[in-house]
Amino acid sequence: MGSRLPQMLKDAGLTAFVGAALGIFIVGFRTVDIGRGLTFDYHLVDLAVAVVVIFVGRLGLSLAANGLRWPAIALGAVMIAAGASPMQLPSSFLHWFVALGGVLLVIRAIWPWANSAVNEAARTPSGRALSTAGTKWFGWLLLAGAVVMPFTPFADQKTMDLGVLILTYVMLGWGLNIVVGLAGLLDLGYVAFYAVGAYSYALLSTQHGLGFWSVLPLAGMMAALFGILLGFPVLRLRGDYLAIVTLGFGEIIRLILLNWFDLTNGPAGIGSIPGPTLFGAVFAETAPAGKQTVSEMLGIPFDGNHRLIFLYYIILVLALITNVFTQRMRRLPVGRAWEALREDETACRALGINPTNTKLTAFAIGAMFAGFAGSFFAAKQRFISPESFVFIESAIILAIVVLGGMGSQIGVVLAAVLLIGLPEWFRDLGNYRMLAFGMAMVLIMVFRPRGLIAHREPSIRLHPAGSGGSG
Amino acid sequence: MAYFTQQLINAITLGAIYGLIAIGYTMVYGIIGMINFAHGEVFMIGAFISLIGFMICSMLGIGSAPVAILLVLLLAMAFSAVYGWSIERTAYRPLRGSFRLAPLISAIGVSIALQNYVQLAQGARPKPGGQIVSGGFNLFTDDGFDVRVTWLQIIIVVVTIVLMAGFTWLIARTSLGRQQRACEQDMKMASLLGVNVDRTISLTFVLGAALAAVAGMLFLMYYGVIDFFIGFLAGIKAFTAAVLGGIGSLPGAMLGGLLIGLIEVFWAGYFSSEYKDVAAFAILVLVLIFRPTGLLGKPEIEKV
Repeated sequence: MGSRLPQMLKDAGLTAFVGAALGIFIVGFRTVDIGRGLTFDYHLVDLAVAVVVIFVGRLGLSLAANGLRWPAIALGAVMIAAGASPMQLPSSFLHWFVALGGVLLVIRAIWPWANSAVNEAARTPSGRALSTAGTKWFGWLLLAGAVVMPFTPFADQKTMDLGVLILTYVMLGWGLNIVVGLAGLLDLGYVAFYAVGAYSYALLSTQHGLGFWSVLPLAGMMAALFGILLGFPVLRLRGDYLAIVTLGFGEIIRLILLNWFDLTNGPAGIGSIPGPTLFGAVFAETAPAGKQTVSEMLGIPFDGNHRLIFLYYIILVLALITNVFTQRMRRLPVGRAWEALREDETACRALGINPTNTKLTAFAIGAMFAGFAGSFFAAKQRFISPESFVFIESAIILAIVVLGGMGSQIGVVLAAVLLIGLPEWFRDLGNYRMLAFGMAMVLIMVFRPRGLIAHREPSIRLHPAGSGGSG
Repeated sequence: MAYFTQQLINAITLGAIYGLIAIGYTMVYGIIGMINFAHGEVFMIGAFISLIGFMICSMLGIGSAPVAILLVLLLAMAFSAVYGWSIERTAYRPLRGSFRLAPLISAIGVSIALQNYVQLAQGARPKPGGQIVSGGFNLFTDDGFDVRVTWLQIIIVVVTIVLMAGFTWLIARTSLGRQQRACEQDMKMASLLGVNVDRTISLTFVLGAALAAVAGMLFLMYYGVIDFFIGFLAGIKAFTAAVLGGIGSLPGAMLGGLLIGLIEVFWAGYFSSEYKDVAAFAILVLVLIFRPTGLLGKPEIEKV
């Protein structure tokens, strides 16, 4: 241990030096606009604190990696204490930064114990059975929770809004899962189809007076059509080229929405989009001429929350349709071809599967669900503008799929709750949450490239898992 | 004719900047076969470091423009190179050998994180850079239209040409360049022959980041305004340039940069400036569909 300590110190010092080099200009010298030019607002103390945290953290990490857990835990505890102490630091963020570093260090130090304990448990036959049964029951439990949620006491407006939002992302995640998780095509422009669905409904309802339920299938078809049009020429491309081309398409669609003023009203967006109706009855306090309100139809007193509950159930049903559809597709020949294609395209070609057509179906079906979700989004927001369909949305949906473990349906739900629910809860964090979001994407790829629930098994195997064969 | 010449001069200036960024994409793709999505953010950080560097220069009372430019150039290259190195070390190296799309997803994460990092540290408002070099001369006058070349445009083109020449020499003649090309052809074989592959890949990122930082400085001087979001569009356009020229090919990257500059400027000059970004994206899509190997690239054969 004694011989390795100087090396660890040197390593930590180097890391801290690199950290200082990274931060010196961007963090240390904040440029501030003072009307007739820029001036500096110095943040060198912040930088110094960060460099110390990096040094201590790196030292703790190498201690933990060398099996010296207790010193690492002690260092982590010191950092947590320092973060929680009423020390004079320039910003409260730094307190959090120091304490969080400590927490991460402690987690890293006890990780091997926790990991081996979990592995031990999973290796016993009962443990394995428990975990398979667990995922299955967990899904039904989540579903039951989602169904009764609006009638529980915590269903105030904020929670319901959040529920609708999370379910929208669950649906988008499930839709993208068909493209990315099952067919293995990286689509960075998924939000374009969402936009197509949203604008289809917005335009057809405000200009042609069509209702939500008649436009919904149209919007899905429209988005699927776009998927085919865009997908047909580009699906021959290799994985990462495809990713960039889809990103390009996503941006093209957004730029067109932004600039085609006559159709889309440009950056000002489209407003006063009618909401969905229940058998022709509208959700409002007073009905427009010739219509009926839902409270009149059902004979219940008007409550603003009814609309939200209705929206909640619509998106729940839409999301479930996506899920069931995907599960069924996986068992059809085309679904199996998707998964085979994801694993090995050359082998598929040799077996006579037409890769372009197979990919195209996945692309179009994924786009269709995005179209459904888009028209729901337009009906919910009642106002849409190109601002809602930027690249970062595609990245968030992709992150949900990847974090969930590509191909895993329940993983998408967990990831959506984690990525959409938590940040909404911690709104005060502001921009820090996007920073954390980006870093989380990297960390997940580095530590769990198969996602939170690494459940990406083929739907069918020649040999049952574990009984030989290459599976 | 005068209008055309003026647009041509502007296009070459812009193309030089795109070309410098494109080299980073092309080299990284050539050596490890991944799209370094975060490269545009390194360019953006290079622009910010240059902005801060110029402000420090004026605080220290360095009045002479050439000295200030040279100092800031070195500063931005050095410190952006640290970013390039750290990104590769933390976000890409652990993923070597993971499934194909993992580095790309990781790169998107880096890109989002860096954008928000700069936004948090430097604020979201656009930063005016001030004028470091002003003035120029009239090339000729035609129908009362002055064709003007600014000193700045000359600086941009000269800096780009010098860097390109130096870089080509580095790749073609030095042992570092030989190692780089060896890794590009066959990484396993190169490592068997004693080439330190990790070090070579790191150096590729460092060089790419340094060139992107130069592009960031030139961008700052040319447009005078930067914000935390400039990396996204510039990155996509430079990537388009790299693909157009043939990814993996250095002269291709430069040629692609020039073409993208030409397309963008002429599209904005003769058609509509709203759709100039659409033009760049459309070119990307068209090139990938009809000639995925680009203008100067070699076809890639997939072996089983």
